[in-house]
Amino acid sequence: MATEPLAAGGSVADVGSLPDIGRHEPGGWRVPLAAAVVVALLPALVSPYTQDLVVSIAVYAIFALSLELLVGATGLVSLGHAAFLGIGAYLTVLVSGDEGAPLIVVLALAVAGAAAYALFVGALSLRTRGVYFIMVTLAFAQMAYFVVHDTKVGGGSDGIFLSVKPMLRVAGTTLVDLGARLQLYYAVLAALAATYALLAVILRSRFGHALAGIRVNEQRMRAAGFPTTAYKLAAFVIAGALAGLAGALLAVKDGAVNPELLAWQESGAVLLMLILGGIGSLRGAVIGAAAFTLLKELSQSEALLGPLAAHWQLSLGLAIIAFVALLPRGLIGLGARLRRARHG
Amino acid sequence: MDLSTFLVQCLNAVQYGLLLFLVASGLTLIFGIMGVINLAHGSFYMLGAYLAFALAPWFGDWFMTRLVVGVLLAAIFGYLLEWAFFSFLYERDHLQQVLMTYALILVFEELRSLLVGNDVHGVSAPDWLAGSFRLGELMSYPWYRVFSSLACIVVAVALYAVVNRTRLGMMIRAGATDRDMVRGLGVDIRLLYRIVFAGGVALAALAGMIAAPLSSVYPGMGSSVLIVCFVVVVIGGIGSITGALVASLLVGVVDTFGKVFFAEWSGVGVYLLMAVILVWRPEGLMKRGY
Repeated sequence: MATEPLAAGGSVADVGSLPDIGRHEPGGWRVPLAAAVVVALLPALVSPYTQDLVVSIAVYAIFALSLELLVGATGLVSLGHAAFLGIGAYLTVLVSGDEGAPLIVVLALAVAGAAAYALFVGALSLRTRGVYFIMVTLAFAQMAYFVVHDTKVGGGSDGIFLSVKPMLRVAGTTLVDLGARLQLYYAVLAALAATYALLAVILRSRFGHALAGIRVNEQRMRAAGFPTTAYKLAAFVIAGALAGLAGALLAVKDGAVNPELLAWQESGAVLLMLILGGIGSLRGAVIGAAAFTLLKELSQSEALLGPLAAHWQLSLGLAIIAFVALLPRGLIGLGARLRRARHG
Repeated sequence: MDLSTFLVQCLNAVQYGLLLFLVASGLTLIFGIMGVINLAHGSFYMLGAYLAFALAPWFGDWFMTRLVVGVLLAAIFGYLLEWAFFSFLYERDHLQQVLMTYALILVFEELRSLLVGNDVHGVSAPDWLAGSFRLGELMSYPWYRVFSSLACIVVAVALYAVVNRTRLGMMIRAGATDRDMVRGLGVDIRLLYRIVFAGGVALAALAGMIAAPLSSVYPGMGSSVLIVCFVVVVIGGIGSITGALVASLLVGVVDTFGKVFFAEWSGVGVYLLMAVILVWRPEGLMKRGY
């Protein structure tokens, strides 16, 4: 990809050959582990409101991590990733129905459904590249959006409520009930940790290195005998499946779904999280998700901004513009810059 | 469906397609020449519609004057916007520009809400275009829609002439093909970008002003147009104005007749069209042809 000029006059190399900041994550697994321990202890210390905020951040972190596999690792910029989030969320509600359904079944179907749509979208859209790929993924997401928005499949523009949250029962005793706040908290954190670990393993595997090779120079990888399209498709399906997991958790957390979950604004928002955090590192995706969710929360806070809180998009938009102007490499880049400054 | 209904639907399809072309041509120019994926382009369409609404009391019956003033204001706005928010981004990663335009949408939507509020407004067509003419025994077709189509055709021809027959157009075409070479030949590429951006904004705003009496003026009108225009640009081939024209007419036909035949599933039709065309031709109908 990096060698082919973008139709729009620039070069996709901009995406592919980002500076190596964050690709070799300093501190290895220690920082994420420390963060996980701190967050796991939080419920004892903070209010339910803050707990819900942490759950939001964790769900969006899973979503952002799934996109990071495409954008950061493989160099495929998708602007339609919300479709998989939405499909996971809608399947969760539809499978649960009025009586509720076992947790395992709900999660498995949500993930499988999102993965299936990703297989379909990926098989078609990977024929294109660069800006076309961005637009084609967007178009497929819009298709999914209009299916749930205009037809009766997903309750139309109002969406549907999730009446019974999924539970895990073994032999009559309830082991996990996602309707309970604390259990949902730990379940979502566990899912985030598992996603992070899975992606870290993938990126260190032969498969992950092949994806990195495709990002840097796809033609050379093909010449070396790698079936690059199959590799990219595999990455696309994994990313879609993980986004479906995030969608299922989001549906359980909110207790409802609506078509806006699949809207292109949501796809834009998750891309934004990656860019905010810094593309090219798993940690950046998590930091970006946290930063975006907090920024959104802050700009909606009446205590802080008074009457402007009703117009929170204005503050959020201006904050993003400031980020773009001042932090070209995201928050991770800021960290690296500070470290460099400290070491002289 | 009898003949006159069919004719009316055809006219609607062409009218909608031509209006899309006005928005999409600016988008494809900005895409093709500056390499910016401008998510905020729909906001400029919205800006045009709100300009039509805001300028209406000032100009009263002078409908054409209102259009010209609105387009000039939009062009100045675009010129300043490029200077303030984009001029420092060209050296950076493409995604930074996407992010910037995404942020601008948020800002524009809220500014619109602060300045004009969230109500739906109507803008009336001028008196001399208010009536409609008969088509067959039962159907009639409003003159304003005819005017809309004709105005779009005039602009399309003018755009074609500028791009293909003027020195500015030559620089635009050259800039789309090889940016660095044009810079090397001594063309002020920054000024060229600014002019192209201003022109794109003016085209989108003009489309919004023309559409205002047809569709009413409402919040969020930009984002629905934006996505359809992306489809147009991709089907047509990025950077190709002729492609954008063909594609917008195609999208107009598919959308209009989709609504007639498959009411519930009509939203999907346009995207399905795009998927089919891209499977057939991954780089759009016209690859870099003007």
